[in-house]
Parts: sequence; C-alpha cells; structure tokens
Amino acid sequence: MAGELKIRVNERMHTVAAAPDTPLLYVLMNDLGLHGPRFGCGLAQCGSCSVLVNGVETRSCVTPVSTVQGKSITTLEGLPVWYASQKKLAKTPEMHPVQQALLDEQAVQCGYCFNGMIVKACELLSKNAHPTDAQIRTAMNGHLCRCGTYPRVIKAIQRASVVMAGGAQ
Amino acid sequence: MTDRRDFLKAGGALVIGFSLRGMLPAQGRGTVAGPPDAKLIDTWLAIHADNTATVYIGFAELGQGTTTGLPQIAADELDLDMSQVRTVRLDTNVTPNQGGTYSSASIARGGPQVRTAAAEARAALLSLASTKLGEPVDRLTVAAGVVSVMDSPQRRVTYGELVGDKPFGIPFTGTAPVKQSGQYKLVGTKVPRRDMPDKVTGQYTYLQHVRVPGMLHARVVRPRGQRAYGAGAKVLAVDAGSIRNIAGARLIRRGDFVGVVAENEWDAVRAARQLNVTWETAPTLPGSASLHDQMRASKTTDRVVTEKGDVAGAIERAAHNVSQKCLGPYQAHAPFAPNAAVADVKADSALVMCSTQDVYGTRNGLSRLLGLPVPKVRVQYYEGSGTYGHSCYDDVAQAAAILSQESGKPVRLQFMRWDEHGWDNYGPAHVGEVRAAADAQGKIVAYEYHGWQHGWTNTETTAQLTGAAPAEWPGGAAQQVNALDCGGMYDIANVKLVNHQLPGLSYLKGGWLRSPLDLSFSFASEQAIDQLAYLAGLDPYEFRQRNMSNERWLGVLNAAAKAANWTPRRAASKLSEAKIVTGRGIGVGTHLASYGGAVAEIEVNKETGRVVAKHLYGAIDCGQAVNPGNIESQITGQLVQTASRMFKEEVTMSTTAVTSLDWSSYPILRFDECPEVTAVVVQRLDQRSTGAGEEVMAAAAGAIANAFFDATGVRMEQYPLTPSRVLAALKKG
Repeated sequence: MAGELKIRVNERMHTVAAAPDTPLLYVLMNDLGLHGPRFGCGLAQCGSCSVLVNGVETRSCVTPVSTVQGKSITTLEGLPVWYASQKKLAKTPEMHPVQQALLDEQAVQCGYCFNGMIVKACELLSKNAHPTDAQIRTAMNGHLCRCGTYPRVIKAIQRASVVMAGGAQ
Repeated sequence: MTDRRDFLKAGGALVIGFSLRGMLPAQGRGTVAGPPDAKLIDTWLAIHADNTATVYIGFAELGQGTTTGLPQIAADELDLDMSQVRTVRLDTNVTPNQGGTYSSASIARGGPQVRTAAAEARAALLSLASTKLGEPVDRLTVAAGVVSVMDSPQRRVTYGELVGDKPFGIPFTGTAPVKQSGQYKLVGTKVPRRDMPDKVTGQYTYLQHVRVPGMLHARVVRPRGQRAYGAGAKVLAVDAGSIRNIAGARLIRRGDFVGVVAENEWDAVRAARQLNVTWETAPTLPGSASLHDQMRASKTTDRVVTEKGDVAGAIERAAHNVSQKCLGPYQAHAPFAPNAAVADVKADSALVMCSTQDVYGTRNGLSRLLGLPVPKVRVQYYEGSGTYGHSCYDDVAQAAAILSQESGKPVRLQFMRWDEHGWDNYGPAHVGEVRAAADAQGKIVAYEYHGWQHGWTNTETTAQLTGAAPAEWPGGAAQQVNALDCGGMYDIANVKLVNHQLPGLSYLKGGWLRSPLDLSFSFASEQAIDQLAYLAGLDPYEFRQRNMSNERWLGVLNAAAKAANWTPRRAASKLSEAKIVTGRGIGVGTHLASYGGAVAEIEVNKETGRVVAKHLYGAIDCGQAVNPGNIESQITGQLVQTASRMFKEEVTMSTTAVTSLDWSSYPILRFDECPEVTAVVVQRLDQRSTGAGEEVMAAAAGAIANAFFDATGVRMEQYPLTPSRVLAALKKG
C-alpha cells in the first residue's frame, strides 16, 4: 500500500506517496512530472527510462522506488547541474556538453530514445574522458534507437569528449 | 441533450459560411470542427501584430523535420526569417487537411500548397503596402517582413502593421507567382531542426507525457501475440476476482475487448498483468517455418501489372539468364515507445489526443466506433516516438476512447511493449520470383517478376474486438508488385510483372511499414540484375550504367559509387578462404517517385554466420531538396534501419500466435553492429520535390545482398541474413 517515501531527485528532496514496489519511473513521470525518463519497454531492454543513481546509469522501469531512498537520482533535466558539480564549475551551463554535441551533430530524429542515450553518454564520459570508438559502442550497446541515429550519436560523444577536455569544438 | 452553444457554433459557421469565417479572428480557431476551408488564405497562415507568422500545416512532425522544412518554404516565399515563422499542433479543429503524413509526402505534397499560399499572402501584403506607402508594388522590396520603398528604405511598413492578427479574408486561388530557385534564401539550405533543443533537454512534450485533470490510467488486456487477422481474439472467460486485491483497479469489457483502469498507473499495470483471462488458442496461423510455403500455395487473386514484348521468347534466345527468389519476413514498426492516447469521451462529443499520421483519418475511425457524428470528434496530434508507418496509433486511440466511454472519465492509455509488438500492423511478408536475361553484350533483354503478399488491414484491433468485421484495405500501388522497384529503372524491352494477392484474413495484420515491400522487391530484383552482370563478366556498376538511360537514375547510381570510391571489378572475383571475408555491392531502388542508389561494404564470418555492414553509402535524388541537412539525417536513418531489417528483423509466430513480443524476441540493430554511413543528396532545385523518407532503403537492401555474393559467391534467397540462415546457405554453396 502507498506510504510516504523520501527521494532525492536532481538535488531536491521529494516526499511521494507510493507503494514501495512501484517502479521509480512511474514516480518520476506521474508524481514529479518529469519528461526526461520515459516508458519504452518496462523490461530494462531499451534504455528509454534511464536515470543516474549515485552517478550510475540505472533502468528506472524495473527499479522499485523504495530501493533508491537515501541515494541521489539525476534525470535528463538535472544533467547540467550534475555536470557543473562534478567539474566544479562556477556557473551551471545551459546544457551538458553531450546535449550540445547532439545538437551540433543534428543527431536527433524522433528523439524519444535520447533520454537514455544522453544519460548513458554522460555516465560514460564521467568515467572515461576519452573513449575509443569501440568503447563508445560497448558502453552504449544497451541503448536502442529505432530511427537509426547511432552513427551521429557516436560522433556527438566524440565531440563532447573533446569539448569537455577543453579542446576546440 | 444538444448543447445549444455548440449547435450555434457549428451551425453558424455552416450557414453563414465564407463571410463569417473571413471575419473570425485567428484566435477563434479551434471552436469549429474542421477541416478549415482550403480555399481561404486564412486557413494556411496568419500574420501577427509582432510581425511574425503562423503557418498552419497538416503534416505531422515524426522526427523527420517537417516542422522545419515546411516553415522554411513559407518563410522564403514570404521574405521572413525562420525565427519569424512558427507552426501549431495538428488539430482537426485548427489545421487544414493535407492528407496523412505518409508516403514521404510532407514536402512533396504539402510543399506546393504552403508555397503557393505564402506567395499569395505576400502578394496581398504587398498590395496593402503599396496603398499605404503610395508606391507601385514593383517599387517595393521586402526583408524580414519589412516592406520598404526601393531607394528610400526609411519609407517602410511591416507585415504586422499591415494586417496584425486580422484575417486576410481573401480566397486562395493558387495563382500568385512563386519565386524562382535563384531567389531562394532558405530553401536548399541546412536550417537546423527546430524541435531538437527541447528534445535533448527533456522539455519536449511527447504524447506519452500528456496528462489531463481527473483522468484514469488504463491498460488493455489481450493475448500475448495476435492470431490470424480473421480470427481476432476470443475471450472464453474473465476472472474478475483475480484483481480484487488491487483496490483502485476496475475491469472494463466490451465484447472481446478487455481493459483495466485505475487512478494510479502502477495499479493499472499490475491489474492488467494479473487479470486472469482465458483466450481461445485454436491454431489459425501457418507458423514461421511454413509461412512462405503456405503463401506460395495459397489461392490468390492474380493481376498482370505490366506486360510488354515477349519475355519467354527473349529469355530462351538470350546468352545469359538468371532466376532469383526472395523470401521476405513480416517486419514490425515497433516504435521505440509503445503507442499511447488520452481520450475524453462524453455523451455527445469526444476529444482524443494521439500520435496518428492522419488526424482526419483517425477522426473518421473514432466517429464510427463511438457512434458520434464526425464533427463531434476532435483529434489532436502529439508526437510519440518514430512510427515508420501504421503502427498501433489508431488502435490505441480507439482503445482509449472505448475505455473513456465505459468509465465516464478521461483516460490515458499506454500500450505495453508486448501489446505494440504483438498487435502491430506488420509490414507484410513476401515471396518474390524473378527471371531475367541479358544478351552477349550485357544488355538486359527480358525481366519477369511474380510477387505474393497480402495487403493492409483496415479494421483496428479495438474495433474488431468490440464487434466490427475485419476488412482489408482497398488496393493500392504501394502494396503490390509495381514497375517502380521491379526493373523499372532499367531499359528493358520485354517485361512481365504479376501480382498474386493473398487472402489477408488468413495471415497477420498488415500495414504500411516504411518503404512498403520495396526491400523485398529489391532483394530479389537487384540480385537478379547483379547476377546477370556476373554472368556477362562485367563490373556490376558498369553493367547498370549500360542498361540505364534515365539521367536521374544514373545520377544516384554514380553518386553512390563515387562516394564509395568504387573501382571496377567483377563481383565475387576476390573470393577468399579466410574465416572473415569482405564484400561490396551496389543497388538502386525507390519507393514512389524519388531515386535511390546505394553501395554496401560488409563483412561475413563464415564460421559463425554473422554478417555486419561496415559502411553503407546512400544517395537520393528527391528533386528540390528543401533542407539537405534533414535529408542527410533521413538517409542515415534509412541506411541503419535497412541494415537492421536485412540482418535482424523478423516477426516470428507459432501456429497460435505471434511470438515476437519485445526487443529480445524481436532484435534490432545495436551500436556494436552499426555501420559507418555516408549520405549524399543529389540537389535538383528546379525539379519538384518528391519525398525523401524512404527511397534509399530498397537500394541499400539490394546493395547488401549483392555485397554478400561478392564476399562469398553465394546468393541468399531469404532475409534477414541471420547466422543460421547464412551458415545453411554457405553449406549448400
């Protein structure tokens, strides 16, 4: 039955009334009204619902909300702030460099999968600043795209990697 | 009881017609059922006091860039900057009916309408400016919506000052002259997609995000995987008690249509999963293993599509002749997000929000289903994930409407992954058989194609489960053997094309899937052509050049070959004993009108049977390319999706039900096997635009199949080229 749960999302605490087994995704979408994480398969197969939990990409569609209490959840909306705090930037940029790079590559088609693409790419670059083509493909392999944007996503991640290292765009 | 105000609104416009319509302020849109009168300029665009414009278009943003490309045309014709032009949500009470957003028609069909309407509006604006400024029109010039007098730019007036939110009140005659291509400032340039910033920052509202006050969440309950179309799905028993422990959930049933609603979405998901329904499981399907045999043996309705010359005689006399088969699979749209809809059905009206390709078509279906007059149903479009054709968007809209009607509340219905995968209108399976012949000089002299497939289904699953009879879509060129993809690009004297139509009720539900049937046609046809080149001892690119005279076909063929640095060599002339071998192939193809060419470079592991595309090159000639950037993006998507469809995608079935229900049982291409891609747009600014969302796929399918032959010396007869299928073919040799 629905009880009160406290969760930290994008650096803010939220109290939500939800049954403990409710997948985090439904809480983020319906209780918090977020547009980043979104339903794709409900089976952890596609990456549509991905969020960062303590900096680790996690499928929110199969993660019971009760298991993320006391942890820090970052959604697509919170990535610029997360990036600024990681990099100790004085000012939060409008977008994470990955988001900007996807625009620069005009990578998006329908864009529905890009929540997961961006969350995963940000996680990758936080752990590996200069991934090779093979490392990008391996890291991103659990994220599906039906429109066929993979080649441009790979280029965008490479571009973001250069930008984050302080190189020219 | 009839709402009098509604009656007056609807009746008033109907009776008074043109004159009242002409006086309606732009913000009055939405109060009257559409479509708005296409013969009025005000239907197409409005000029606002702040010197911006709204263009009302009837085409949906599906991720292909329509909401960038069409405003580009309008802005250019009106002499406005892109930032001064916006579009609005598709809505049957607001936007014109330009037909559905399919057949790559947004620019092809919608472009001329938007362009001529904008040109006519500009002419009217210049006429107003002429009066205001006291100068003849030919002494006026416009930039960014500011009309000024030549040689005295300080004498000026803006569009906004001339009409500012007032209607034009003039008919749309289509007679105003449009700009010549040399005058374009925006058309032909890579204007960045306007929907993209919101899509990468999480601010975009997809249909899946729509919530309305007082609504219930819903899920449908269906058997996992559809049966034969004609069989529908029959409920034998529903155990309502099986969800009694979920207090907020309510069971809804109408005939064989079963669903659950709940205030809390997770309750609805759990209840749908837990509800115990017994379905009839009698075998109605051929099963995957027997599918193509049953198709080939089926009683069919046959039609000779084209017959010229004497094919049999020419083949008999020819130096080289070949035959090639194609066994093509059912393939799913499988949108990345299962379809969803929000419906609010009242006793005398309905509002339905969904991701349809055609708001007016969906409105007709809902009107029939709900028993409401068409003008009482309003459909609004919200983008979902890419649909690539007729996925379950109509079905989910109808299901949400039924659930709202039964529960008396607004309902948000989201299909689960297995609903979307299992109850899709699949791209139909195909059996193709080609015979072709060439003379000793390498000239193609005969071509014969026989194709077996069923058509598209015309009754949505929801309608069928609630009692409507299953019916097939009336015939059309895109779902039958046609001269476009079956040899039509070559100069051949003796041709015979025959369509063998299967009885659709005995098979799976069918629908238009991006580049319908074209991949199958090309897989058979382009391999046959390629084999003739091989027998004639010629390079496959050169062979095609010799047999083509149409400069536009030659243009894309040459563009693809050039991009790939093609060097002349006979196919399969570099066969190797190595475990991993490489090959390259070339192909051409189309969907309706544009021209596609492709080159594929692939790698085949002869021990594991795994085939991977390493680099795909695709060229398109779609006439005037309004936004070459959007088109390069479309080509990229077409090439990757073609690789997915050639190597991975196949809807499987038992004799009872479809068994492809998620991304595990219906795999698609992933990052690890994604090819590098090169996209080439052959720009022809002075030709009419003919669509760019599909036409490279058939070319790429043929190129991939031919690359496999180049690598292995073996012709494949069936796709997708899965490891087991490849190993079997290599063993057979």
